[in-house]
Amino acid sequence: MSTVLEHEPGVETGSSTRRLRAAIWAILKDRPSAIVGAAVLALFVLVAVFAPLIAPHGLHERIGPPFGTPGAYPPLGLDDGGGDILSLLMWGARISLMVGFAASLVAIMIGGTVGVIAGYFGGVTDTVLMRITDYFLAIPDVPLMIVVAAIWGPSLWHIVLVIGLLLWTSTARIVRAQVKSVRERVYVKRARALGAGNARIIFRHVLPQVAPLLVANTVLTIAVAIFDETALAFLGLSDPSKISWGKMIKNATGSAAVSAGAWWTIVPPGVCVALVILACTLVGQALEDALNPRLRVAHLAARGFRLLPRMLRDDK
Amino acid sequence: MTETLLEVEDLIVRYPVHRGLMAALRRRARQEIHAVEGVSFSLGRGEMLALVGESGCGKTTTAQAVLRLVQAQGQIRLGGQDISTVGHRELRPLRRQVQIIYQDPYESLDPRFRVRDAVEEPLIIHNIGGSKEERRALVANTLERVGLTPPDLFLDRYPHELSGGQRQRVAIAAALVLEPQLLVADEPVSMLDVSVRAGVLSLLDELRASGLAILMITHDLSTAAHFADRIAVMYLGRIVEEGPAREIVQNPQHPYTKALMSVVPKADPLKRRRRVILQGETPNPINVPTGCRFHPRCPIAVDRCSVEDPQLHPTVEGKTQEHLAACLFT
Amino acid sequence: MSEQVLAVEDLHVWFDLPKGERLHAVQGVDLDLEAGERFGLVGESGCGKTTTILALMGLLPSSAGVSGSIILDGEDILAGGERSMRPHRWKDIAMVFQGAMNAFNPVQTVGAQLVEPMEFHGVATGDAAKRAAGELLEMVGIAPERAERYPHEFSGGMRQRAAIAMALACSPKVLLADEPTTALDVMVQAQILDLLTRLSDELGLTLVFVTHDLPVIAELCSRAAVMYAGEIVEAGAMETLYHDPRHPYTRMLFGAIPDPEGEREVLSIPGAPPRLDREIVGCPFAPRCDVAFERCPVERPALLELGPRHYAACHHNDPVSTVAS
Repeated sequence: MSTVLEHEPGVETGSSTRRLRAAIWAILKDRPSAIVGAAVLALFVLVAVFAPLIAPHGLHERIGPPFGTPGAYPPLGLDDGGGDILSLLMWGARISLMVGFAASLVAIMIGGTVGVIAGYFGGVTDTVLMRITDYFLAIPDVPLMIVVAAIWGPSLWHIVLVIGLLLWTSTARIVRAQVKSVRERVYVKRARALGAGNARIIFRHVLPQVAPLLVANTVLTIAVAIFDETALAFLGLSDPSKISWGKMIKNATGSAAVSAGAWWTIVPPGVCVALVILACTLVGQALEDALNPRLRVAHLAARGFRLLPRMLRDDK
Repeated sequence: MTETLLEVEDLIVRYPVHRGLMAALRRRARQEIHAVEGVSFSLGRGEMLALVGESGCGKTTTAQAVLRLVQAQGQIRLGGQDISTVGHRELRPLRRQVQIIYQDPYESLDPRFRVRDAVEEPLIIHNIGGSKEERRALVANTLERVGLTPPDLFLDRYPHELSGGQRQRVAIAAALVLEPQLLVADEPVSMLDVSVRAGVLSLLDELRASGLAILMITHDLSTAAHFADRIAVMYLGRIVEEGPAREIVQNPQHPYTKALMSVVPKADPLKRRRRVILQGETPNPINVPTGCRFHPRCPIAVDRCSVEDPQLHPTVEGKTQEHLAACLFT
Repeated sequence: MSEQVLAVEDLHVWFDLPKGERLHAVQGVDLDLEAGERFGLVGESGCGKTTTILALMGLLPSSAGVSGSIILDGEDILAGGERSMRPHRWKDIAMVFQGAMNAFNPVQTVGAQLVEPMEFHGVATGDAAKRAAGELLEMVGIAPERAERYPHEFSGGMRQRAAIAMALACSPKVLLADEPTTALDVMVQAQILDLLTRLSDELGLTLVFVTHDLPVIAELCSRAAVMYAGEIVEAGAMETLYHDPRHPYTRMLFGAIPDPEGEREVLSIPGAPPRLDREIVGCPFAPRCDVAFERCPVERPALLELGPRHYAACHHNDPVSTVAS
């Protein structure tokens, strides 16, 4: 007995991933803020990657007197050591962004693992892991970072680890919630009834459903990580040999730039941090909205139907 | 006489109800949901048994217990082997013998798996079919068996590209590919359009005719009567009536079955019959009535019914010895 | 002969689709309902039955375009769009939605949720409203004291009754019900159908019951319309639809229902309904019809009157076809 494959009305063909990408693209397209955010982010990443090639001056070059004005030394003037602010911004971008991305990676990996284990296995495991998560959540981030950085010593990797160890909690919660809900889906129960082991179920059935949400969460985590790095660098806890935006601000305030009226040493790095964080937030939130099906509005919500003129009855 | 494949004896499934902290401190007794309270039945090769009942009667829990997906007491024998206490290690090969298809065709397939992957997965899990080609061949073969021909048309499709009936067939294929001996079908067509149901049920019937034993869970007496060999009517964790399908439906003996049959809507508006509409709803399985569990709602209950708990026995007015009911008056 | 309470003329509903296309969900539906009548609207998924009754309530989103007339007590309430529909919504025509039993506010008592529409539409306020809420509950078979309870303390069947009570809060003339018993056990379903029968008899309430379950309509309704691909393909008295169907879809739909007492084989209908985002040429059922002939894929059949209030849209009923073929 053969069955005719008929397309149901309105069913699109194509792989699940392709449909997902198309859906995300459709949502992002409708939100100019997300496009702008993505563009800004891309710009900063490109600058950071190609800094050695496109920075007008080297990292430690002195091209003029301390606090040279933007008028005399365009476009952004000189810092307290006579270095070109624009170049420093580009070099600084490398560190700021790299630490941000790396710390997020650490956070996502820890948070993702904790979330999956807690959500999938439930019971005592879940309780224990969630209490640990709560413990980390309750700790105020910055003071702890200060203490740990002070104890461990200032090195870039220490900073990455410290930030990562404090950011994983929100990821863990989101992942756990998603895993718990996916675990109850009929196809997961079916896989278990088939005899699939836990590893197979987690990797082939659960994780693919979690991944999109994780991506959105990662972008938002990056924003926080960059902020944390800036704060730590400003407090002098970062690697002294590396320059980042936070370090630039620290150098500026430490050398009395404010009383010297040298706003160009403080404002540009601050603006860069703010822009990157804003860009990440715009993109991250757009992604979250795109990936969260519950946010689609129910058909009964609005009553704004349009009245159309009577159709002429066709002669049938 | 068909060869008996599945024997279930005195199956009991109870879920503990979580106590709050206050109740635990006050040492209140733990309450239990008596989902299944002593169910026994057997199923032979090439036979379809329908477990029929309303929500809360324990039919789904019974099926899950047979699949060892919930903790249960009692005996479950598959092909003579007792599988009720077998450990998880030994369970995996046994899972090949018993497969399940679910009610919701839209949820029972992973949306990210193509049809090909969904039907191949069981083979991979159980290490069947040495090479990819062998597995692919098995998959294509099974798709043909369930009526999805030509298989090439369906192999690369995703579930959302298929209709409800087709998805259900894919789910059946994924269950069949392991060549199980027993298939549990949990409300296999209740979420499908009416015009599509008969096709899927006929498929199940064909599979049954080729030797597969099918345990069908359903609330729809009409479907059960048409496609099942035997029907067991469940109420509050017990089987209250059991027998050949047509016999149960045309000559119900237990008052609950009679009431159910009287209220099932009939398509012919001219066929009017006296409907026995029971008051209230099925009581909570936490507080099971004393004596006969049905007596609070039973139209013919007497005082004795609140004391004695009747067991399944051959009915007086049934047309065969195999027509059993659990009522003092049958 | 009862007076006409609600008439629908040539109702069309289109939905805008993302890529600029339109889905023609309802294609020229006519209805004619009398006071106290129980009318069934039956069809499978995607046929447009839910959209039709949502249109009667004016509860369609901004992506929907509606044309036609909805005549309630002689007035075309669709003529002014939302403006003219709003005054009648819930007061003259109310609805029990699909899954209504799960749509209660969990943090409000059931009584409070019954009082809300009364106060909102100015039907009753304060203590009078509370008393009216109690009476409503009694009318649907729930003890009035239970108004103080929360929805989670009600069983599924009771919540469905409460949903019906909520729909009746402003004493409407017409009650629309979208699959109200689909998720319920057969015994509870019988109770609800019984309740609806009683309400329509005692209150003179006109009932439009939408479902895919034909036997339920046969139990409850005196007349019904079968919908397919957005249009009504046959309408008439229940006995006529069962014993003398004049549209192949009606016949095949009845043939797909298992009847436990009979030995008749249960049939399925091969294929699937047509896409509604494209114009349909000819009869929409032709590809799946077992008696289609040359005229069918070419010319769309009109709804012909075959007897007193019996209509069907099939070329086999047209004397022209039978003469020619």
